Amino acid sequence: MFIVIACMIFGMVTGYLLRQHRIRFIHRLILTLIWLLLFLLGLEVGANEAVVRQFGKLGFEAFLLAAGGTLGSVVFAWFLWLTVRTKDKIK
Amino acid sequence: MKGSLVILSFFASGLLVGVFRVFPPGFLNDDISFYVLCCLMFSVGVSIGNDPTSFRQFRNLNPRFIFLPLMTIAGTLLGVMTVSFFLKNRSLTECLSVGSGFGYYSLSSILITRCKGVELGTIALLSNIMREVLTLLLAPWMVRYFGKLAPISAGGATTMDTTFPIIVRSSGKDFAIVSIYHGFILDFTVPFLVTFFCSL
Repeated sequence: MFIVIACMIFGMVTGYLLRQHRIRFIHRLILTLIWLLLFLLGLEVGANEAVVRQFGKLGFEAFLLAAGGTLGSVVFAWFLWLTVRTKDKIK
Repeated sequence: MKGSLVILSFFASGLLVGVFRVFPPGFLNDDISFYVLCCLMFSVGVSIGNDPTSFRQFRNLNPRFIFLPLMTIAGTLLGVMTVSFFLKNRSLTECLSVGSGFGYYSLSSILITRCKGVELGTIALLSNIMREVLTLLLAPWMVRYFGKLAPISAGGATTMDTTFPIIVRSSGKDFAIVSIYHGFILDFTVPFLVTFFCSL
């Protein structure tokens, strides 16, 4: 994980040093890399036979847990967002 | 929505390629995705560093956002607890340990497989991948209905790597630092919470 963060900090420094030149293609490159990473994630899951065989049976339970956890955290983030918004409006 | 469908189709095609063994086994290992991730992070860094306004925005960050990781943990555990009432064959602690993966599927599934067995480990893997995919797909929708912090909470421990670019795209560059801070805290929380709920 530290290497990953180091990559980003290195990128930030590079981008900062090159700030005289607007690097326009960077957003397109980011999107392409996201696609590639998602493809690799799918590949990893698809190549794992044990996971594929049990996909349907365990997948449903996994989905319920994922949905529950995601929804719960989103609602709690919303509470925090609302307190920040109201504070800003008072100002 | 078009962007999300494209993302999903890349995941689905990867899945199919994996299932039908298009590549010989061992052709792709974790190293490749790690290098891609590093390239991605470098590019994201360049886009932040290249934008003259982003550094100024870091300083005006709302200090209340420090509490976001706590909200994520509390919200996730409460949501998973609710789901556990409907899963009759899963205990509350099993559900909580899966939920404490916060999208960090590699680590949480390994930890859970080791102490609770392959079946729950597989559920942890699938569930946490799904959480990541849900975040990637629904981030713009979450921003619209639950505010700009919502996709960061949904992304859990992945908000400083895999879901980071999509969060920056949907919530805006001002939220890049919150996202990294949030992912950083949750990354450290995952091993502790998962082993804690496994031991109960």
